[in-house]
Amino acid sequence: MNARQRERIAPWVAVIVLVVAWEGIVRAFSVPEFLFPGPLATARALVDYAGPIAIHSWQTFWTTMAGFGIGVVVGLALGFIVGSSRFLYQACYPLLVGFNAIPKVAFVPILVVWFGIGSVPAILTAFLICFFPIVVNVATGLATLEPELEDVLRVLGAKRIDVLLKVGLPRSLPYFFASLKVAITLAFVGAVVSETVASNQGIGYLMMSAGSQMRMPLVFAGLVVISAMAMVMYEFFSFLEKRLTGWAHRGQR
Amino acid sequence: MIDVMNDASETRKVTGGVRDFVVFDDVSLAYDESGNAIEDISLSIDEGEFVAFVGPSGCGKSTFMKLCTGLHAPTRGSVRVDGEPVTGPLKITGMAFQNANLLPWRTTLDNVLLPLEIVKPYRSQFRRRKAEFQERARTLLRTVGLEGYEDQYPWQLSGGMQQRASICRALIHEPRLLMLDEPFGALDAFTREELWCVLRDLWEAQRFTVVLVTHDLREAAFLADTVYVMSRRPGRIVEKRSIDLPRPRELEVTYEEPFTHLVHELRAQIGEIRGGKP
Repeated sequence: MNARQRERIAPWVAVIVLVVAWEGIVRAFSVPEFLFPGPLATARALVDYAGPIAIHSWQTFWTTMAGFGIGVVVGLALGFIVGSSRFLYQACYPLLVGFNAIPKVAFVPILVVWFGIGSVPAILTAFLICFFPIVVNVATGLATLEPELEDVLRVLGAKRIDVLLKVGLPRSLPYFFASLKVAITLAFVGAVVSETVASNQGIGYLMMSAGSQMRMPLVFAGLVVISAMAMVMYEFFSFLEKRLTGWAHRGQR
Repeated sequence: MIDVMNDASETRKVTGGVRDFVVFDDVSLAYDESGNAIEDISLSIDEGEFVAFVGPSGCGKSTFMKLCTGLHAPTRGSVRVDGEPVTGPLKITGMAFQNANLLPWRTTLDNVLLPLEIVKPYRSQFRRRKAEFQERARTLLRTVGLEGYEDQYPWQLSGGMQQRASICRALIHEPRLLMLDEPFGALDAFTREELWCVLRDLWEAQRFTVVLVTHDLREAAFLADTVYVMSRRPGRIVEKRSIDLPRPRELEVTYEEPFTHLVHELRAQIGEIRGGKP
């Protein structure tokens, strides 16, 4: 086995080690299942409740993706506006940072008052929590244009918009894709948090109600499902990033 | 190259050596209250002339370029190019810098074509005449020795090759004025001398006006018709020196008299400006 193959299987080995250690600890100390279930009990719950889990996962998935979609559109637009002008950058940056510092959970009660319980607060929480990194990354990509390059183009009579479209936007794409990976995982956080307090659908809700009935294996099954969904989406955007902006990752070939 | 020249004569209003193509009349520029970046600059450059600016770092050589291309307006005095006062960016100029600044997501060919997508009148014709423009870019790349690299990305090229491509990009819209800001500063000595010859040949063939800003005195003396020596900030012109060496100049010239003597003199002068340090 050469170094490259070892590198490839290393993550799987780490997962197996973690699962075995987890099961080992649970058995060694004979921790009751209603407090801290082992991986076997969790797996059993996954199989036993496959139907309800699938329904609730789908709910979480689509609300997350909807929130994320809005986040991408709004994030791109805001990032483009803020990054394209030094003045707006200076003006809006503190506001954005201040907004980002608010824990998004704090918005959930407000959203419930406005929109009631259900999918809408989940979508909006996912959106609120995930758009910020997109704005910052796109704005930074645009704002850090080399001044010489701008001179080369400006002297040719390029308008600000020419420079942004020909150079700024493609240049900020790697930043944009990097932010998507962060944003998608945050969107899951937002949706699930909202579901735990303000919904009767979704994985968050499932975990909440299972927890209140001390059905811990089901709660853990929910965790596993969220984690798997977030990981798949992360990998998906990571793959997109490499395909579309390979020129920015040339050192890693 | 012939094809390129024909096209050029169509678009150019005047061909051949216009006298006083670029005129600076008592120009000063202050970016802010901290004083002038350059001061009392008066000079005139003929069309087709190759001038070099040398001086210690921070003497406002780059400021001079900004004024010349209309990217910055002078605080005092006036700048005229081709008989007209400069009021905004001058699209008859091409620029290249120490950093090649090629776009990594475009192939070399597409990088060279970039100005044609922006500058009028090519901008509106770009789609229609794309094949023709590509041919023009290929011809230009061939003359600087980049044949076969057209479809490579900039990060697959060496520093010297990137700089060649950058010069092609500056020349693709057939500018009458080429501004070069330390274009060879980041290259190793051999590549640098190779590129001197590339630039020399391009200039001999097309006779655009060149303003070269450099730290390298040998470079200035080898390439230029006229060398201006600038003082420390605020930058003033302390010496104008014509280089009368016969053309075309070969690289060997730079190792012989009277060239070496000339460079020594320039060097001594700059040493004085810097405060008498040897």
